[in-house]
Amino acid sequence: MNIFSTDHKVIAKQYLSVGLFWAIMGGLTAYMIRWQLAYPDTEVPGWGFVAPDFYNMLVTMHGTIMVFFVAMPILLAAFGNFLIPLMIGAQDMAFPRLNRLSFWVFALASVILLVSFFVPGGAASAGWTGYPPLSAKAEYTGVHWGLNLWLLALALEFASFLMGGVNFLTTAINFRAPGMTFFRLPLVVWMQLTAAVLFMLSVGPLIAGAVMLLMDRVIGTTFFLPEGGGQPLLWQHLFWFFGHPEVYVILLPGLGLVLEILPVFSRKPIFGYRAIIYSTIVAGMLSFVVWAHHQFLSGMDPRLVMPFSITTILISVPFALIVFAMIATLWRGSISFSTPMLFALGTLSIFILGGLTGIFNGSAPVDIYLHDTYFIVAHFHYTLFSATFFAGFAGLYFWFPKMFGRMMSETLGKIHFWLTFIFFNAVFLPMHFVGLGGMMRRIANPMQYAFLQHLQPMNIFITVAAILLLLSQIPFVINFFWSLRAGKRAERNPWQANTLEWTALSPPLHDNFERVPVVYRSPYEYSSPESPEDWLPQDRPPAVAQS
Amino acid sequence: MSRSESLTMTGIPTGKVGMWWFLASEIPVFGGLIASYVVVRLGSGGWSDASSHLNFSLALANTFVLLTSSLTMVLAFAAVEEKKPRRLQANLLLTLLLGLTFLMIKGFEYAGEIGHGFTPGAGIFWSFYYGMTGLHALHVLGGIVVNLVLLVAALRDTLRPNEHRVELAGLYWHFVDIVWIFLFPLLYLT
Repeated sequence: MNIFSTDHKVIAKQYLSVGLFWAIMGGLTAYMIRWQLAYPDTEVPGWGFVAPDFYNMLVTMHGTIMVFFVAMPILLAAFGNFLIPLMIGAQDMAFPRLNRLSFWVFALASVILLVSFFVPGGAASAGWTGYPPLSAKAEYTGVHWGLNLWLLALALEFASFLMGGVNFLTTAINFRAPGMTFFRLPLVVWMQLTAAVLFMLSVGPLIAGAVMLLMDRVIGTTFFLPEGGGQPLLWQHLFWFFGHPEVYVILLPGLGLVLEILPVFSRKPIFGYRAIIYSTIVAGMLSFVVWAHHQFLSGMDPRLVMPFSITTILISVPFALIVFAMIATLWRGSISFSTPMLFALGTLSIFILGGLTGIFNGSAPVDIYLHDTYFIVAHFHYTLFSATFFAGFAGLYFWFPKMFGRMMSETLGKIHFWLTFIFFNAVFLPMHFVGLGGMMRRIANPMQYAFLQHLQPMNIFITVAAILLLLSQIPFVINFFWSLRAGKRAERNPWQANTLEWTALSPPLHDNFERVPVVYRSPYEYSSPESPEDWLPQDRPPAVAQS
Repeated sequence: MSRSESLTMTGIPTGKVGMWWFLASEIPVFGGLIASYVVVRLGSGGWSDASSHLNFSLALANTFVLLTSSLTMVLAFAAVEEKKPRRLQANLLLTLLLGLTFLMIKGFEYAGEIGHGFTPGAGIFWSFYYGMTGLHALHVLGGIVVNLVLLVAALRDTLRPNEHRVELAGLYWHFVDIVWIFLFPLLYLT
């Protein structure tokens, strides 16, 4: 395989590999964080003593890695690259060389982030949100080049995903196969496109902010330093103006994967196809006016609190609609619990809980108590872990045959699912109570606080569960590599699904399709009376035309 | 021309769709910077004093240089449409030289300001001044590189199949020009 390929399928696999590599790094940082919290100031097995500075670095890098180097490359870049051209019936992306460039810029960002661990002073340790003034001067954290490289890595990653976004949008606008109208696009394509628009329109101010912060650190400007007339709060606005749309940039592609899988294993059309699309667009627009709900206690003008509370509660409406559409799709379907379906249902159930706690956090009076506690940590893991890992695994089990031409083991897959599902909840459900008990996020040693000491048994329980959650990924690793070499050969359409990628070979040819597909129908016509089978591929002509 | 290059479902050339999306993502970069400047400035005082130390006449001259370069860029595109390769080359070269002139004048301005002690660390106005004009200057530099690539291709007569790129480069160049139209009054005239 040519690693400098311009083939969107190769690039998708490259993003997937880098994302999975970073997932291991993210998991290792989580392990060290959890050990320190359960058994403060003891040696972490396999590593050693974790000093408070090092702990700050761990939480910073865990967040950075998981959001920017796992969730985005896997959900957006890998699945978006693989699925968009195949699902719209194109032979590649609109700009294949730009696509290759975007991957290599991302790879460079990955290398820079990796290098930042090894420079003197260590990697960034000002939190994944990098709030100044802490992040604006090297002497405040003791990290000099680590944080500069962190900013550089993020800036390059943003540039890479901007190129990717231009490519996704242009491809879907101009490269659709004949008959593929916008309202015949599979929902995951809609979600990817909305995510691309959200990213492209929200990341600009943070790119500017990253440049400003880098200038503060390197050439002595004072954008975020009060002693020079700057405003630390400005960074929070720039960060969250991007940061909130960003959670939907991750969530929407994850929900999109689930939306593709549910109808296939329920043998039913998706419920409310257009309603889902409109909800997605409405949610996308609202996501630009909710950012300050991260800042209720930041010292911003308190008159802003109520408007941002209202918009935050409002944004749960379109997502509730999407969730109801998912449940209605399952309703009275003939459901088969294959591994992709289990992970899709896992995403749905976990995301519902994460969404519900979001309403707590969005209401300013409640948030004043919950802000910066483990309740918040539990909330965003319920939303982002479900989108990234449950939906990501669902997608991987589902499209693995198309990506690699072989089936994965169902038995190992089901073991993987149940272990992950049980231990995920064992880790993050108790975190809500730890948070309600008042434990702050990012503290290195809860035992230092008398009012937190009675929570320690729960912290130990969470840590044990977290280690088991990490070990639960072993069946996946075995399954992945074993199936690559020895899995059963996949036919074109092993799940009897309707969308265009299943009409191509598994794995598809370099130019995807043997001939340009022509699209006659919407993507979810399962159990239609028009067809003797219970599925109707998008490229099958209507019966009337044949007679 | 392969299928992928000629394919367009909407009838709009694919390169143009891509370029517009790229520009759409560039607007928030400068938008965020300009909005930050306006908000921080409205929330504190003493900025007009700092601003009065800028070299207004040089910046005014520079504005004319940049506007003129947009004119030559349009003339280059017109030359493509009228199939006049010599005129295309001349106008690309002029655009490029005007861009370089802009950067030279800007560099001269920077040197003067730093000579008077107005470094990037001299206060919040200067932070924004160097941040905004610096990012803009980098964009001008990017445009110069693009125009240079086009000019070399035009001189070697290899531009023919990709002549539409002159229009796309023009879109970018005008965008950079428009950003300056915002920066000039915000920094120099207030």
